[in-house]
Amino acid sequence: MKKYDAIVIGAGHNGLTNAAFLAKAGLDVLVLEKNEYIGGATVSRELYEGWKYSNCSYVCSLFRPEIYQALDLGRHGLEVVPLQGSTTFKQNGDYFGSYHQPTVRRREIARHSKRDADASVRFDADLMKWCRLIRGFLLRTPPDPSSLKMRDVMEFAHLLKQFYSLSESQIYEFIRFFTMSIAEYLEEYFESDVILAHFSGGSIIGTGLGVYSPGTAYVLLHHAMGDIDGNVGSWGFARGGMGSVANAIASSFKALGGEVRTAAEVQQIIVKGRTAMGVVLTSGEEISARVVVSNLDAKRTFLGVMDRNDLPEALLHRAEHFKIRGSSGKLNIALDGMPVFPALPPGSPLTLGHMHFTDTLERLERAYDDWKDDRWSADPYVDTLIPTQYDPTMAPPGKHMMSVFVQYCPVEVEGGWTAAKRDAFGAAVIDQIAQHSPNFKQLILHAEVRTPREIEAETGLTQGNIFQGELTLDQLMFNRPFPGYAQYRGPVKNMYMCSSSTHPGGGVMGAPGANAAREILRDLGRTDTTPRDFGDD
Amino acid sequence: MASQQQLAGHDFHEVLKASPFHARVEEQSLVKNWMSWNGYQTARVYDTLASEYFAIRSSCSVMDLTPMEKYRISGPDALTFLNRLVVRDISALKPHRVTYVAWCNDEGKVLDDGTIFHLEPGTYRLCSQHHQLDWLLISSLGMNVLIEEETHEVAALAVQGPTACSVLTAAGFDTLSQLKPFGITHTLLNGFEVMISRTGYTGDLGYELWVAPANALALWDAVFGVKQRGLYDVRCIGLGALEMVRIEAGFIMPGDDFNTAETTVRAGHDRSPFEIGLGWLVDFDKPHFTGKQALLKEHGQPIKRRLLKLAVEGNKAPADSFLYDGKRGRRIGTIKSHTWSPILKATLAMADIEYRNGVVPAQIWAEIYYQKELEWRATWARCTISKAPFWAHPRRSATPPQRC
Ligand SMILES: Cc1cc2nc3c(=O)[nH]c(=O)nc-3n(C[C@H](O)[C@H](O)[C@H](O)COP(=O)(O)OP(=O)(O)OC[C@H]3O[C@@H](n4cnc5c(N)ncnc54)[C@H](O)[C@@H]3O)c2cc1C
Repeated sequence: MKKYDAIVIGAGHNGLTNAAFLAKAGLDVLVLEKNEYIGGATVSRELYEGWKYSNCSYVCSLFRPEIYQALDLGRHGLEVVPLQGSTTFKQNGDYFGSYHQPTVRRREIARHSKRDADASVRFDADLMKWCRLIRGFLLRTPPDPSSLKMRDVMEFAHLLKQFYSLSESQIYEFIRFFTMSIAEYLEEYFESDVILAHFSGGSIIGTGLGVYSPGTAYVLLHHAMGDIDGNVGSWGFARGGMGSVANAIASSFKALGGEVRTAAEVQQIIVKGRTAMGVVLTSGEEISARVVVSNLDAKRTFLGVMDRNDLPEALLHRAEHFKIRGSSGKLNIALDGMPVFPALPPGSPLTLGHMHFTDTLERLERAYDDWKDDRWSADPYVDTLIPTQYDPTMAPPGKHMMSVFVQYCPVEVEGGWTAAKRDAFGAAVIDQIAQHSPNFKQLILHAEVRTPREIEAETGLTQGNIFQGELTLDQLMFNRPFPGYAQYRGPVKNMYMCSSSTHPGGGVMGAPGANAAREILRDLGRTDTTPRDFGDD
Repeated sequence: MASQQQLAGHDFHEVLKASPFHARVEEQSLVKNWMSWNGYQTARVYDTLASEYFAIRSSCSVMDLTPMEKYRISGPDALTFLNRLVVRDISALKPHRVTYVAWCNDEGKVLDDGTIFHLEPGTYRLCSQHHQLDWLLISSLGMNVLIEEETHEVAALAVQGPTACSVLTAAGFDTLSQLKPFGITHTLLNGFEVMISRTGYTGDLGYELWVAPANALALWDAVFGVKQRGLYDVRCIGLGALEMVRIEAGFIMPGDDFNTAETTVRAGHDRSPFEIGLGWLVDFDKPHFTGKQALLKEHGQPIKRRLLKLAVEGNKAPADSFLYDGKRGRRIGTIKSHTWSPILKATLAMADIEYRNGVVPAQIWAEIYYQKELEWRATWARCTISKAPFWAHPRRSATPPQRC
């Protein structure tokens, strides 16, 4: 029977990234994916003829350019086109537009508050301080602070050194930042309701917390720390939908000699004598490998595809209590034409960017209240985009595709989810958009409505949590997924983790996959094929 | 529903805003070389840099100053507020007088520099390079003071050069000859109000004229009318020529010569007044001002670095040059801004230099890369520190101004 050097369970973008770097080092690598298609939450599928949806993730910023370059993804078909601007529509018929042109943006902020226009200078600089600090850790393995191994001590010293490169006052601010709620943080800068609401949206996306919950300020940073071509904080569309990211990595992986098998669901990781030996598929087929890497979230890895008897009790306890609450829904809509938004002046560039319809912190908090009570938000926060204004490959000419990310949508509703309840959730979202776009409803040809239940069923993300585990301080850096397991090594020998459940966390970033590859290659004594951080300075 | 006025408030087509002088500026600009200054469409050059430079130094230049940030500060605590804001003691600033100031954050790092105009008893205007409303409001907590941004509500022209007084007198302003440097006078021109201050950023004789935007074009036409009548030459100048003369005059530019504190991301990349040559403004005898504690502490220690005025040997532009403590020596700094001075026939620069143990380097050398017909060359140039402004002409302050 053939024995692979490595098996990666799951063809999510991190599994594929991990596999590609292993293959680049000359290893014989097999990726096993339960679905008939690859990508996990980084996927584009045609569910309505002629339209391609970015079914889960829909915009790209976090993906590390170092990985892009090292795997030659441009030549494998990836293009990330920067998207422009964002808008929050107000209930009174006005709007706030964060234009891509800085002078226009400034004047628009001043239209809502002259003071806020100036405060945004301070805000941008402060956020950049934290971005700069955190960006340097994305392509590094977190140190184990309790370990006295030379490497951990050195890495921890590096971490402290970066931290202390901040000035005294920055250190105080940084610690506050990590523990504050986004609402309180932003209120130290801005006074306008719509501007507060606009800038806080990124802090609740994918998170089972509200704008007034401590810890949400960090989530904003998680959405601001990426870059496109050096523009930190900017986002873009992958041409052809987010699936292009996974497809390009897979293409690079195959060019390096790698093998992907779809419709191959792993039942269990085979462990003998505290050492991973391979996997068994749900079909009963056994495949052996020197190394087994899991691209599944921490819960599914330890409670799903591993035998409890192979695991330490403490780890099982951690896995059971891993915070991975689902809180998001998604609509993907095929449109017969371009919806109009009468609040915007004719020809406004603002439809090119993110569109939101929640104009106060209070409405955002109320949307969270619904989720806490196991209801979908009656007045949800949505992040709406129409990528087909740029991308000619996702809909027929003149037609459009709309991607609507919805916060909040609960994992369970009273009496359990049914198809009718799912559609009612979708209708609530559509109604909200239709309030600002009179022709929107008539244009709808098809809509894919996804609650956490559908997301989990399809991608295997436990509870549909988009980040594979919440991004709170207790689950970040050397605490991700659990203290003592943050260096991508599993509890048994030759078993590794490479998913978003590991540092630096969720989002289409590739960093967990690359970081895990570095550790695996190190253990195998192979050349490190993973890229070094370009560095900001 | 929002009011129509509120909804009509924004035009996304207008990336750069037109100043109230724009109709004339546009007409005068031959090369259409535009840039953004605080979001306004501003001419970098109108015709040629040389002709604009010499308008300032040899005849009369006009520049649209509207984009400069302006704040009106009034109310019972206006003076207390301002004197606590800035490092200089301005308690003795009389009505109708102007003074140069800088202000810091609590760490004693410079946020910006600018000028305070004492417009009328108890009412002030603060002019600055960068946006300051947020900081001014933060600093005014608990004080009875009204702070209003009025950048767009006040149009301003700088009229500078040896014939500036003569030109303005010919244009109909007859009260100027007795106006001293940093003085303010109010006058009427064809029935509208004009405030004139004897201030500027050129180091030459010059005035700044302040009017309501509605009167901007009439003011412009009055000044250029002097040229039309064949009396004096008057020329528009862009920011390019201004950059040359401000370096000659030794004026610093926040954001170019040093990083302003509010926009600084990397620790240690901001600067104290002492480090940018503004130590002379700092008045420790004042009861309190923002940054005082930090500056007192810094003052007792050897200075780490300074922004210096350097005359660079030769005629090669030291753009982005590194500076060394000897030819091929240790790297001690970088050039921040530089110009060729047509009047001094010298290369002048502002440079950020490290001081070892608080001591000024004995020698400073610039490594200059320059290009001839697309071929790059390197050379070394010795730099000489200039304590005084490179260019300081008595006509800048003579009252009454010489007639010429
Ligand atoms: C609705 C939604 C919107 C999002 N929006 C964005 C966004 O706009 N931008 C952004 O950067 N991020 C976004 N994210 C987050 C981002 O998509 C994920 O964090 C990221 O894609 C996770 O990648 P991964 O490779 O770590 O894991 P996954 O993509 O979860 O990959 C895991 C793979 O394992 C497979 N699998 C599961 N079980 C088995 C098994 N037993 N055997 C074999 N295979 C198995 C799954 O099918 C899947 O392919 C979003 C996520 C969601 C759900």
